[in-house]
Amino acid sequence: MSKRKLKNAHLPIGECVSQVLSPVSPCPCRHLEELLKRTAVHGESNSVLIVGPRGAGKTTLLRCVLRELSKETEVQKNLLQVHLNGLLQTDDRVALKEITRQLHLENVVGDKVFGSFAENLAFLLEALKKGDRSSSRPVLFVLDEFDLFAHHKNQTLLYNLFDVSQAAQTPIAVVGISCRLDVLELLEKRVKSRFSHRQIHLLSSLTFPQYLDRVRAQLRLPDDFPDGSFAEEWNASVKSLCEDGSVDEVLRRHFHSSTDFRSMHALLMLCLSRVSVAKPAIRPADLLDASRLCSADTKVNMLRGLSVLELCLIIAMKHLNDVYRGEPFNLQMVHNEFKKFLQRKSNSMYNFEHPVVMKAFEHLQQLELIRPVDGSSAKTQREYQLMRLMLDHSQIMEALQKYPQCPTDIKQWAASAFA
Amino acid sequence: MKSFGRLRVRRFYTWRGNPLSSNRKLRTHEYESLAIRVDGLPRTTVIRTGQHILIEGDDDDNPFAAKVVRLFGDESGQQKKAVVQWYVRVSEVPPSKLKLLGRDPHPREIFFYQGGNCDDEVNAESIIRPVQVKHLDADASFPPSDDGDDDETLYVKLAWDSKVFRILDSALVASPPRHPNPSLPPSPPRSPPAATPASRTSSRCTLPTPDPTVLRRAALGEVRRSRAAASAGKNPAAMEALHSETKLSASKCLSAKRRHGTERTPGVRKKLQLCSPEKTVMVREDALTQLLDEELEKERTLAKRVPSSPARSPTLTHRLTPLRRTNKSLAAQDAVSLKPFVITCRKVPLSEVESPTPTRDNSSRAATTPCTKEPKPVREPALGDLTCDPSLLVLQNGVCVLRAEEEAKNSSPPRSSKRKSALKVSYRIRKQLNLMDGQQDLNSDEDDEDEFVPSKELQSSSEEEEAEVVVKKSRVSSAGSRTPRSSTRTPRKTPRKNAPGTPRTPRNATPSIPSRSLPARRPANVLEEARTRLHVSSVPESLPCREQEFQDIYSFVESKITDGTGGCMYISGVPGTGKTATVHEVMRCLQHAADTDEIPPFHFIEINGMKMTDPHQAYVQILQKLTGQKATADHAAALLEKRFSNPAPRKETTVLLVDELDLLWTRKQNVMYNLFNWPTCRHARLVVLTIANTMDLPERVMINRVASRLGLTRMSFQPYTFRQLQQIITSRLNKVKAFEEDALQLVSRKVKPAPSPVPQLLPCVGSLSSLLRQVAALSGDARRCLDICRRATEICELSAAGLVGMSHVMEALDEMFSSAYITAIKCASTQEQLFLRAVIAEFRRLGLEEATFQQVFVQHQALCRVEGLQPVGVSEGLAMCQRLGGCRLLLLESSRLGVLQRVRLNVSQDDVLYALKAD
Repeated sequence: MSKRKLKNAHLPIGECVSQVLSPVSPCPCRHLEELLKRTAVHGESNSVLIVGPRGAGKTTLLRCVLRELSKETEVQKNLLQVHLNGLLQTDDRVALKEITRQLHLENVVGDKVFGSFAENLAFLLEALKKGDRSSSRPVLFVLDEFDLFAHHKNQTLLYNLFDVSQAAQTPIAVVGISCRLDVLELLEKRVKSRFSHRQIHLLSSLTFPQYLDRVRAQLRLPDDFPDGSFAEEWNASVKSLCEDGSVDEVLRRHFHSSTDFRSMHALLMLCLSRVSVAKPAIRPADLLDASRLCSADTKVNMLRGLSVLELCLIIAMKHLNDVYRGEPFNLQMVHNEFKKFLQRKSNSMYNFEHPVVMKAFEHLQQLELIRPVDGSSAKTQREYQLMRLMLDHSQIMEALQKYPQCPTDIKQWAASAFA
Repeated sequence: MKSFGRLRVRRFYTWRGNPLSSNRKLRTHEYESLAIRVDGLPRTTVIRTGQHILIEGDDDDNPFAAKVVRLFGDESGQQKKAVVQWYVRVSEVPPSKLKLLGRDPHPREIFFYQGGNCDDEVNAESIIRPVQVKHLDADASFPPSDDGDDDETLYVKLAWDSKVFRILDSALVASPPRHPNPSLPPSPPRSPPAATPASRTSSRCTLPTPDPTVLRRAALGEVRRSRAAASAGKNPAAMEALHSETKLSASKCLSAKRRHGTERTPGVRKKLQLCSPEKTVMVREDALTQLLDEELEKERTLAKRVPSSPARSPTLTHRLTPLRRTNKSLAAQDAVSLKPFVITCRKVPLSEVESPTPTRDNSSRAATTPCTKEPKPVREPALGDLTCDPSLLVLQNGVCVLRAEEEAKNSSPPRSSKRKSALKVSYRIRKQLNLMDGQQDLNSDEDDEDEFVPSKELQSSSEEEEAEVVVKKSRVSSAGSRTPRSSTRTPRKTPRKNAPGTPRTPRNATPSIPSRSLPARRPANVLEEARTRLHVSSVPESLPCREQEFQDIYSFVESKITDGTGGCMYISGVPGTGKTATVHEVMRCLQHAADTDEIPPFHFIEINGMKMTDPHQAYVQILQKLTGQKATADHAAALLEKRFSNPAPRKETTVLLVDELDLLWTRKQNVMYNLFNWPTCRHARLVVLTIANTMDLPERVMINRVASRLGLTRMSFQPYTFRQLQQIITSRLNKVKAFEEDALQLVSRKVKPAPSPVPQLLPCVGSLSSLLRQVAALSGDARRCLDICRRATEICELSAAGLVGMSHVMEALDEMFSSAYITAIKCASTQEQLFLRAVIAEFRRLGLEEATFQQVFVQHQALCRVEGLQPVGVSEGLAMCQRLGGCRLLLLESSRLGVLQRVRLNVSQDDVLYALKAD
């Protein structure tokens, strides 16, 4: 029951994005749709960039538009699609092969499926050149992580795609998706000149009530949910949840930190995972817990797993940082600082041998809580290798608070170097 | 003979015999034949005029092929020259033009070269050896090439005049026998007929060996004659050719006759033949029959072979016929007819050629030719009933063509089917012959088959000729006869077109994007039309504002082409200033000029530095576009070097456009060096146009020896001024007006009443000027300008306004030029905004434009407290920082550095403050 419910609650996520997006930014949706339609129907070549921060719904927008377009037979029958991702097609060679594959041109090459890079390029260009506006099927190129394509050698792929889009050859639409606002500056001047300079910016400024609506819409069960009474109950509980004061506070905090869809989704997912048959609703406490989990500091959690010696070394580093204003330190300095603390204490229960301290120090380095200063060569002895602390003071103090059975004198030492 | 070609040995060239004639002015002697002796081999090869030869060229594997027209040497005997008629190999035809062929060329196919612009005088000592060239009809398939014996045979089907492929008259290709009979008179005009395959002629010509049975039948056959008469009006042109002795050499006549012989295949040939009185024929025929009877067994196979030499299009000079009027009763005669033909053969030499001996010889030979054809009708009885007896009567009575014409008309519909069957039969025969006689026969049969399927061009030309002849004839025959004839011809053509061509191998299939299942929609309204016009890809009919540059490039290239020299030109300019477009325009114009023969023909090839993966690929691409060969970069470079540096007897100027030159830069600059060095070679005839963006590229990146070779022919395309941009836009929009006047009015009526369609788009232009100023100030990029206008029309369409107004253009402008940073900051979450503020605060505190995350984070915490927000943790803070870095509002170091990573703003502080204040 609960599983099915969960699934159902999350199915319409994609829809939600488009629903939420479309009232906010009707223009980009329309613009893109018109553009792609013109390519598919009129054979007009186009190029466009969709730019927006991560989680703004760029890919979802494109997917929605394509879904809309595919309902029209005229488009569906004509449009060929090629999807590339800058993270997958890391250079033009790979990208060309992928394009050839996705266009199903490899069978034309005969038994020699993929020749050399140069042959491939010539082959593809030839293929694209053969077509013309009215007779060949338009091709849609979707370049996800567009900015990464700009780092390919000479930007050959981009140049050629844009060149085709500006020449009387096979009609193509190049849709680039990028989260970088300065993506145009990455393009070489010739490439840039061939780009049509259409950019769709997906930047939505949400207000908190809208955000709350989104949350509600996310959690709501659809009306056609099989178990009608449960859906009603659930929706009522969601409604009351959103009106709760503490929940409001948590959500507001979340809203302030990030408005994007993904972080909200992560938060709600954590809450939902606590729902069970015995507990068929989200309680405000769940949301608080989830929020705490979400905003938990990872480094603090790591510190909680350290030994007392390692913790002591971290505190010594903190003091060194205070004294020397963030200058790097080495093991000897840290050990000295630690010894000073031990001298002040009569009992020497933390009196460790030097090799033990060194081992602890290396462990800290492995955890990347400290890291060697750039350029300090491996030639220097390990004791004298300069290090920097990768933690903020607040993190150390927080970790000490949370550390189970932390010795009081260490806490005092952490608070003041002269305690 | 084959051993010659492969061996790289010294050859000795000597004249054979005495000079035929000598030219006193030029002090040259003309010879009939040339003997080539190869060092170390006892045999000598004799090259005669009219023979096909191979001539040394740049490619050892594919030497040039040519036919010897004349051999002459100077008085001292030192210099030996030959005037040749060139053939072009497949590899010499530019690959772009090769498409015109419409099929895959055969590897050993050659084309009769009819283009001018090449020296047809070669040094005789560059002759390698004779070669066998066979003429095939246009649609015949090539014989299989795996036959070892006939390895060197080349096939010629079409003529190439550097623009189009034409059907070739076999007479032009005809060569004398390979081993000419010594008894034959040596003088060229009387030398053995220049009928097609030389190998065949040797046996056929010297030994008159017709099929005696057939001959006898022919001699007896009233029916035959009637047949002949019935299918009259078939080949007037050919007939006329026979009678145009005044202009023709005897050999040509003979070849024409032989053609007739081939056309005898009943019901297949449609050409009209005219004949002389038949009584003489009878006598003659009988004599011949007896003479040849004994040869029957031996020659039967040969006879089957003969139906070669198609030569369907007698040249126009052949036409004219004084004789015909006298023979008008016989004007109608079918290809089937045997005797009339023989008579013409005899007639020709008798009337024209003075010496009786060769006449005799010729006539007998000619007589044999038709006879050998006879097996076919015998094998295919269906063809026999072509004509009917009444027409025979008409003919015998000396009455004219009319009846026969009717006959022809009546019999034409079944003829196509007959042709099919004839095809079948000939195919069967060929198969048998293949078994018996091997390659030669095979070839001849190929020829045979060719007769059924000439290409369209030839047909049309021959048809024209025939039509003309018909007009002449109409004086004799009734005028009405013409119409049916032309109508009968139409169905005949159809099966020819459908004749099987060589099927395309999938390997060679050119890649292409599949064609659309639904047709592209045409622009429906004025805005869509305007948008089409404004698309960068739409090629304008003229390039406004680049007239001067156009003129300069045009005259540069034109002068180089006409001079047959080479040269380099460097064109620079920022992107979008029309460099490539102008060069293409120039090339279009020059191509047009070349097509109309104002300038010599040339190749235009284009490479683009951006469209290749490596600078050295330039060689590969050039070679491929030049010759269609594929090679590795090194090999291609070597081949090109050879091609451009060695003298070759015929060469067209090559115009090479190198776009994005700067990308061809290599450390040694050898690609650039070669590109600029080739034009300086004497024989290269290469014009190199290079395009790049920077004006000082030669000085900046090229080493001296490269820059020096590039020379000083430079041209710089200035960025468009706003007036020029305006002109470009208006010129494009004006076309809309001119083109869409009706539609415009329709639209305008719909939207709102407008006085005329012109002002509708003018506001658009007016509002453009401000935009253009901006674009011009930014880049002078025409592409950008067009894109903005296109976008403006879209916005206009979205807002459902009738005409593109100022607001639309401004909106488009905003969309394209406004940076999104400020909006992005406005749309960021509260904490992110705070973080940006903290960054600025920290910068101010430090007095630097850079801070570590740790420092900024401290500020951030403080700001949070001030703003009354709950402070975020370090992890959350880092995540925020990464998000801002992802949008490139911040520039960050690697995220592995954690709190130590340094932060910079990618926007100016003022922008950030402005964006945050407006909140």
